[in-house]
Amino acid sequence: MATSGATGRSATARSSDSKIWNNPTVRGVFWQIVMVVVVVGSVAYLANNAISNLERQHIASGFGFLSREAGFDISEKLIDYDPSYTYRDAFLVGLLNTFEVAGLGIVLATILGTLIGIARLSKNWLLSRLAQFYVELWRNIPLLLQLFFWYAILHVTAPGPRDAWHPLPGVFLSNRGLMFPVPSADPTHKYIWIAFFVAIIATVLLDWWGRKRQETTGQPFPIIGAAAGLIIGLPVLVFLLTGLHLQPDLPELKGFNFAGGASFSPELTALLVGLVIYTASYMAEIVRSGILAVSHGQTEAAGALGLRGGLILRLVVLPQALRIIIPPMTSQYLNLTKNSTLAVAIGFPDLVFVANTQMNQTGQAIEGISIIMATYLAISLSISLLMNIYNARIALKGR
Amino acid sequence: MATTTAVPASGPTAGRLVPWLKANLFNSVGNSIITIVLAVLLFWILKGLVQWGIIDAVWSAPNMRACQAAGTGACWAFVGEKWRFILFGRYPFELQWRPALVTLMLFAITGASFVPKLWRRETAYAWVAVLAVSTVLMYGGILGLEYVPSDLWSGLPLTLILSLLSMILGFPLAVLLALGRRSNLPVVKLFCTAAIEIMRGVPLITVLFMASLMLPLFLPPGFTVDKQLRALVAITLFLAAYQAEDVRAGLLALPKGQFEAADALGLSYWRKTKSIVLPQAITIVIPPLVGNLIGNFKNTSLVSIISLLDLMQTTQVALIDPNWRGLTSEAYLFLAAIYFVACFAMSRYSQWLERRLNKGKRR
Repeated sequence: MATSGATGRSATARSSDSKIWNNPTVRGVFWQIVMVVVVVGSVAYLANNAISNLERQHIASGFGFLSREAGFDISEKLIDYDPSYTYRDAFLVGLLNTFEVAGLGIVLATILGTLIGIARLSKNWLLSRLAQFYVELWRNIPLLLQLFFWYAILHVTAPGPRDAWHPLPGVFLSNRGLMFPVPSADPTHKYIWIAFFVAIIATVLLDWWGRKRQETTGQPFPIIGAAAGLIIGLPVLVFLLTGLHLQPDLPELKGFNFAGGASFSPELTALLVGLVIYTASYMAEIVRSGILAVSHGQTEAAGALGLRGGLILRLVVLPQALRIIIPPMTSQYLNLTKNSTLAVAIGFPDLVFVANTQMNQTGQAIEGISIIMATYLAISLSISLLMNIYNARIALKGR
Repeated sequence: MATTTAVPASGPTAGRLVPWLKANLFNSVGNSIITIVLAVLLFWILKGLVQWGIIDAVWSAPNMRACQAAGTGACWAFVGEKWRFILFGRYPFELQWRPALVTLMLFAITGASFVPKLWRRETAYAWVAVLAVSTVLMYGGILGLEYVPSDLWSGLPLTLILSLLSMILGFPLAVLLALGRRSNLPVVKLFCTAAIEIMRGVPLITVLFMASLMLPLFLPPGFTVDKQLRALVAITLFLAAYQAEDVRAGLLALPKGQFEAADALGLSYWRKTKSIVLPQAITIVIPPLVGNLIGNFKNTSLVSIISLLDLMQTTQVALIDPNWRGLTSEAYLFLAAIYFVACFAMSRYSQWLERRLNKGKRR
């Protein structure tokens, strides 16, 4: 910084350069040493305070508590857990719940956001205005308020299980949450999953081979059709061969609650609805501006070359729109994941909720917050790393 | 709302209604079906809302029971009864003219700051004056005003104070962080980059928890900072990290020639930054900065999670009253309307500002 300023001056004021203070390197080193001393000094001072405070309040420190018994139950869990399990297990349950919400939320929000973004560009005046209204409405209300609103609707306004709303056969919405049918488990289902993963690997290999063939012979390979055939066809084939084992497990009213099927608790449902509706309003704008950013000349040029509608969209418009859409879309994925921490306000046991309970029980706030911070930093950093790799791959080359 | 304001631009004009309908709503079979389905759906939803919110609504009643006896619609009597609590919370009832005045002054000065003509030194002085008078009014204790401790500050004034102060304090910090991240000095660059990335990598709740649970542990014994101030520090740091990235984008967008010209003039680093680099860089990024302010205003509602009595939390407290239990929809709609008006106005403003700032640059 000071480098060029000082060199510029050196021509006119050579004499002052002889003073060591005016040497830019020396000044740079000096200010950096000052910064290190200040930062390290403050950290040491704060750490020293923390140690003496913890000692005075008889709060243990360190991560030893992780292998102690947690002693609290978690209402929703994807793995085995009860109060006799350790804090480590409790954190794992919370982390998996965070991943569940984030994963489901990202998929649903992407679908809804894309639909609204396209609707916003529709030639139908009513549809595009309604899409605009959707965007303006949801993005101008705090997410926390929306979560409270959905939770209140599910918890206070929704009917009891006896007169649950059921919009579709087998789907029930009541103050116990959302119930929906799932295929009941059958030992042959694992072969279908295996077929599905084999199909994905085969598709990747086929894509690689197809590219190579196109590079050497110029013959394009219909990869989309082949991929669809493999990924859908192979599992279906296995399903037919293993003898069509499919029994839907329908939720049914038994006594005071539902049995069978799968269910989302009111907390999870409210959290998902809120996150999806809120994030989709941002995604719609990203999709819209991405599509608008592909200049119309591109479409015309592709048409002049003799390409037809579907091909123009797939080979010309989408690749360019995606280059613009994907980076901001990824940061929305990250935002959705970070916003899922608001779960703590409506009582869905995500990672932050578990950490909060742990901090209240053990008083070890530093450790609890470190765990949350480390987890989210790891998620953020890995996503931005992947994005940088992706951007480097798709960046316009040449020029 | 958006629908009605935008009608004049592309909407029907008298006498040309039929061709307009044909071109915009019924230009193909598919579009006609979409139009009809949407119109029916819209009519059905609006009818339900009007029925519940206006026709069947109860506007005055002493409590929830009387409300439910009087009608099946919305119980706006709740809002009539509780609006003062929702807006001003636990601030002593008979002294609530003071936070009300503070709120009005803050609205006025914020509104004035949105007018580009008033981007002058005098406006900055006016800000200082408003903040000083606000502090006196909120605390009292002098000029014959009764003293009110800060833990009774609540509702709208608290939301406004937190979001405006975090913005005022966060911006200079954001500029320093952005400059530090662009610095040639490796240690400065490392510290600033780490600070920005850590803040942006974690959810705001974590930062708030850190401020409310961890900060007391790091302070010397006997030294306490009140809850509002801790939340303010957290929001400020969080906002600064996001704004630093906006400012950095402005620094990156600045042509290299500007830096070189400043160097050729022999300006020192701080002179160059203050008179040449920052004014241009910040002008470029005003629209995203305003976007961040909207986000920050909405984010302030998260302080209710660490049980600060902001607008969100006073509403929650109002809902606990056994006389008025279960009126969540009414309460949340009232609150949503407040947030929506403020945020929608700001987002419209930022779009207008963007068009205005781009006028000279449009090719």
